[in-house]
Amino acid sequence: MSDLPLWGSIAFAILVIGGATLTLLGCIGMLRFPSFYARIHAPTLGTSFGMVGIVLASALYFTLIQGRPVLHEILLVVFIIVTTPVTLMLLSRAALHRDRSEGDETVPLPNLHPKDPPPTPGE
Amino acid sequence: MTLAIVEYSLFLAQILLGIAMLCTVWRMVSGPRAQDRVLALDAFYVVGMLMLVTVSIRIGTSIFFEVALVIGMLGFVSTVALAKFLMRGEVIE
Amino acid sequence: MRRIFPHPVLMFGLALLWLILQQQISAGQIVLGLLIGFGASFITARLELDGLIVRRPWVLLTLIVVVIIDIARSNAAVAWLAMSPRGPQSAGFMHVPLTTRNRTILAFLAMIITATPGTVWVEFDEETGDLLVHVLDLIDVDEWVDIITNRYERRLIEIFE
Repeated sequence: MSDLPLWGSIAFAILVIGGATLTLLGCIGMLRFPSFYARIHAPTLGTSFGMVGIVLASALYFTLIQGRPVLHEILLVVFIIVTTPVTLMLLSRAALHRDRSEGDETVPLPNLHPKDPPPTPGE
Repeated sequence: MTLAIVEYSLFLAQILLGIAMLCTVWRMVSGPRAQDRVLALDAFYVVGMLMLVTVSIRIGTSIFFEVALVIGMLGFVSTVALAKFLMRGEVIE
Repeated sequence: MRRIFPHPVLMFGLALLWLILQQQISAGQIVLGLLIGFGASFITARLELDGLIVRRPWVLLTLIVVVIIDIARSNAAVAWLAMSPRGPQSAGFMHVPLTTRNRTILAFLAMIITATPGTVWVEFDEETGDLLVHVLDLIDVDEWVDIITNRYERRLIEIFE
């Protein structure tokens, strides 16, 4: 296995440690934040720049070691960027639905349209 | 010399990701509600995927890349299914 | 032409994705990738998706740069909140009036808002155009409304309409 240039290894260290730190901070936030709607923001740290840092570090390492561009890790970035909004939107809507059906006062009520029947409490 | 920098930074990053996985497991166990657990499971999948990427750097093969991709897809599909279940299954419509 | 190749961009994109995944470029792989892309784009034609036409590519480039800078800034903000001993003090819901009903624009807006740490797209009412967003540091509501409508939505309308 050939050696890496110094700039490559330093850039690798910054990317991989920075990405892992951001991911860890996101998970700590998910552990510490007081309500579900605050917690739902925390994993996006890991799925945005945390993930990008580690994936770029991996692409950089394999490119330098193998001496040819290794880009298939970028697919992970594309995949995560496309899928994370879907899961988070579905989860927040599910949580909102559950809170509303339990009569939680802290969440906003659904918009009422004239053709919709008014919600009956306790249902 | 430079490979030592790679080695140590990778080691540190894996420790940080391991602590992050423990945090998500803690949230998954403690709850308090079902949506918190599903959110923690989703984050667990993502952190596990990143952990596999670092493992593939350590071993020096890109075979683990496919594993990471499959884990990401499984995490996405299972989270969507669980969120749908939370919206439709438990609540009486 | 349109009936044989319903989604040419999707077809070539999938072929490129196949080549990246295979990590080699040879004539056989290119043909195989194009075949897979052709089959997949033929299947997605059944879904009757709206076509994606980029009218102003340079606005798209500026939007990408703006979104990356915003994601970096909000990454730092949310990481700071996760470390600070008090945690988020002012998380809350917020209503944003949107003008567009174009599904492509709404999909891109949802991706931008949710991919940015600190804001999550919760619910959109298609009749009134009322969007419900949850924000982690909701200090100034008007500033967030201004960011979503003027910075993102206006540019997306310029790009796709």
